[in-house]
Amino acid sequence: MELTSDDAVDLPARRSRRLDSKWLIIGGAVLISSVLALIPLCFLLWQSFFTPQVADVPAAFTFGNYRIAYGSTQTLRTLGNSLRFATGAALVSFFIGTLLAWINERTNTPFRKFFFAITIVPLIIPGILFTISWIFLASPRIGALNVAFKSLFGLSRPLFNIYSMGGMVWVDGLHYSTMAFLLMSAAFRGMDPSLEESSLMSGAGIARTLWRITFRLALPAVVSTLLILFVRALESFEVPALIGLPVKLQVLTSSIYEAINQYPSQIGLASSYSVLLLVITSIGLYLQSRVASGGGKYTTTTGKGFRPREMDIGAWRFVTAGIYVVYFLLIVVLPLAVLIWSSLQKYYRSPSLAAAHHLTLDAYRYIIHLPVLRHAVVNSLVLSFSCATAVMLLSAVICWIVVKTKLPGRWLLDNLASLPLVFPGLVLGLSFMIVGLKVDIGIYGTLWILLLAYITRFLPYGMRYTNTSMIQIHKELEESAAMSCASWSAAFFRIVLPLLKPGLMAGWIYVLIVSVRELSSSILLYSPGSETVSIVIWELWQNGQYVELSALSVMLIFALIVLVSLAQYIGGKFGVKASRH
Amino acid sequence: MLNVQGLNTEYVDGNNVRVRAARDVTFDVPEGKLFTLLGPSGCGKTTTLRSIAGLERPVGGSITVNGVTIFGANSNTFVPPNKRQFGMVFQSYAIWPHMSVFRNCSFPLEVGTKKFSKREIEERVMRVLAAVGLDHVAERDATKMSGGQQQRLALARALVMEPKLLLLDEPLSNLDAKLRDKMRFELKRMQRELRLTTIYVTHDQEEALALSHEIAVMREGRIVQKAPPREIYDLPNSRFVADFVGNTNFIEGTVRGHEPDGHLIVDSPIGAVTVANPVACAVGDKVTLSMRPENLMVYETREAAGAANVFEGKVFTKVFLGETLDFQIKVNEQVVLARVHPAHKTPVGGTIFFSVDPQRCIALRTDAA
Repeated sequence: MELTSDDAVDLPARRSRRLDSKWLIIGGAVLISSVLALIPLCFLLWQSFFTPQVADVPAAFTFGNYRIAYGSTQTLRTLGNSLRFATGAALVSFFIGTLLAWINERTNTPFRKFFFAITIVPLIIPGILFTISWIFLASPRIGALNVAFKSLFGLSRPLFNIYSMGGMVWVDGLHYSTMAFLLMSAAFRGMDPSLEESSLMSGAGIARTLWRITFRLALPAVVSTLLILFVRALESFEVPALIGLPVKLQVLTSSIYEAINQYPSQIGLASSYSVLLLVITSIGLYLQSRVASGGGKYTTTTGKGFRPREMDIGAWRFVTAGIYVVYFLLIVVLPLAVLIWSSLQKYYRSPSLAAAHHLTLDAYRYIIHLPVLRHAVVNSLVLSFSCATAVMLLSAVICWIVVKTKLPGRWLLDNLASLPLVFPGLVLGLSFMIVGLKVDIGIYGTLWILLLAYITRFLPYGMRYTNTSMIQIHKELEESAAMSCASWSAAFFRIVLPLLKPGLMAGWIYVLIVSVRELSSSILLYSPGSETVSIVIWELWQNGQYVELSALSVMLIFALIVLVSLAQYIGGKFGVKASRH
Repeated sequence: MLNVQGLNTEYVDGNNVRVRAARDVTFDVPEGKLFTLLGPSGCGKTTTLRSIAGLERPVGGSITVNGVTIFGANSNTFVPPNKRQFGMVFQSYAIWPHMSVFRNCSFPLEVGTKKFSKREIEERVMRVLAAVGLDHVAERDATKMSGGQQQRLALARALVMEPKLLLLDEPLSNLDAKLRDKMRFELKRMQRELRLTTIYVTHDQEEALALSHEIAVMREGRIVQKAPPREIYDLPNSRFVADFVGNTNFIEGTVRGHEPDGHLIVDSPIGAVTVANPVACAVGDKVTLSMRPENLMVYETREAAGAANVFEGKVFTKVFLGETLDFQIKVNEQVVLARVHPAHKTPVGGTIFFSVDPQRCIALRTDAA
């Protein structure tokens, strides 16, 4: 074998003659993410200082919006409601989620693995459907639970009243308990049991170990989870709009919606409410990132799998298994059952034997022949597929810059791409609406503006997924490509992207689901022709077509389950096998 | 063939501190030779290698290959790594887990500027895989390979494009001891057979001594000594090199005078020592004597020990290592280590004599550390 070739002399100090594709791709990603993150924010701030533009009266500069928004006691009450609602919902989610996470990670409860697998299901059910199904279950007049308890125990008054602060907190908290569950499971799993064991070996008892070691170690995760849940509940739109508005229980998000929905639209007023909301969410997320990064020293991120200590809780394990069953009943079975029930009626009736004689498929027939539905399904699919793909490609490039390069200002890019996280969906929708109205580039009222809003809104999620995988790619894997004479784009497309594939696939599926579920941004941006499935459900609710809505919901949930399973199957089939690096 | 002149490389570490990782590094590597950068971790050897590879951008100096400048601070020349056509084996091997053995190896041929036909690629890859003994697992998944196989694959990938220069970054450090010994021989054989100009980075002195034509010992970014392996071992120019390469006894002493034949007489805690290697020093200078443990000859009686440089001591501890026997011998208050054949039977606490050939004794200026 002769490997030392004689042409070793021709090594010209070649400068790249054509514009390197590397800088084109990087520049494009930077530009897109800054435009998406900053432009809507600027327009929102600007709009909050102007009067609405009506017919021939031009917009004028004013502090009036802020004066109206912050000058009345109504706003104080709204703010108070918002904070109470968010705190309550966060605590409910946290309590349920942590209990389940502890049961799942630290006890020998039977069927833990199975429970963990099915916690994915609640994530698939869109918020609007979850809210509606709980209205069917617990509304004072028609609620299935109320009717059941009334006839069982002969109560004179309904047991539950969903139309109350407590009801809102319960529904929202319950829906997002899976999020708390996932966050706290990760925290429990990241805890090195030897830290607790060495405390025991030092002579501390179980109680003292729990207080001095376990609790202190978990504290950053607890605070950070609570903050995330708080901000998330503050941004919640479906529950306040469907449950709060009918009984005038206003929170910030529903006030924004009302300000826009009156005639003439008070966009300026809505903007000034939005600014307040943005300030609160920004503070919350800022604190959260401080706590989380400060907690970095408590968790071990070697990727080495600990074997978490499992407690043998004896006969209690049947109780904990029971808790799981009840939870699953509350979050999946009952909501789904009530939707299926009502979808089979001619007009809405509470479950009873009498009503069971009148089951019909009329509602399904109606939905299938609904002219707007075909549009909506196509729109939803197009939007979610393109949004998921765009988000993952964009975040791959941005993450590469942030994680792998030493470019100055890359932290700024990271923050820009994560900035949309502070936007509640409704506020983001409002911002894009303002942009669309002020700047005539022909996207207002089309799918494009929805797509841009979706990409902006879900880019931070994509970043999370990509970032984790990107950090795991050893830098020598890329360097060895460079040493093999690969250009930047060859290395990126042939080494980095394939290695990122598991993370990209997982992120893609996640963004796909949340895009289909999206309601709070779309509701301000859709026009006839660009409705999504969520919007159709919203409109059916507004029209009082409850049985038709239920039929559509049932179809949507099953379609989503099929879609997700399919995506996961494909992802598993073409994903990369677990690597050693 | 490779010429590195006054290389300076800096980087900013995690705490935002500017680290001068390589300082005024200068050396030449002739065609077909294996040149080793040896030193403890953090001495700048890897940074120097990565600067040659083009993975780090130096702030000063120049690097030329066959007279062509690939990096020059003055002329602002910087050829990116993918245009340099050097083969490199990384410490982690950096085997791409999503490709087969064959694809890993064919990658450089597929993405390089030179275009090859499918048949040519196949031919070259199989030839190089055969050379490292991996041709029978070409279609296997790269992640299913053992450590030694990954190392060979990394080497094959570096060789397949017939590089001008081969860069090896601690290629054996991730292997277990037995395999390391085996791969060391193979690496040496291949390098010598193919006459590949090679830069080798390691912290393992045995590897460096076994493989190199020339070794540069580095410390805190600078080259401390540059010499062939024997010279590095026998005639270290500083306490640092003597200590880092091999085991040695250090004994502090003071120069008493010179003998007519040029030998130095040094007063030390173990007595007067004759040293054959003259260092420029005057009477009364403080020096450190360095004696390799294997150069201490151990005897039961004074008669057997001979005349020159004979010392008497007591056996302090004895450690049996299988191939050798380590004696710690206490002379006055100084403990010296002697590595001898395991046949010696002197018990712990017994009197023992040892001698040192003046040629095997080195006096180092203490201030040179």
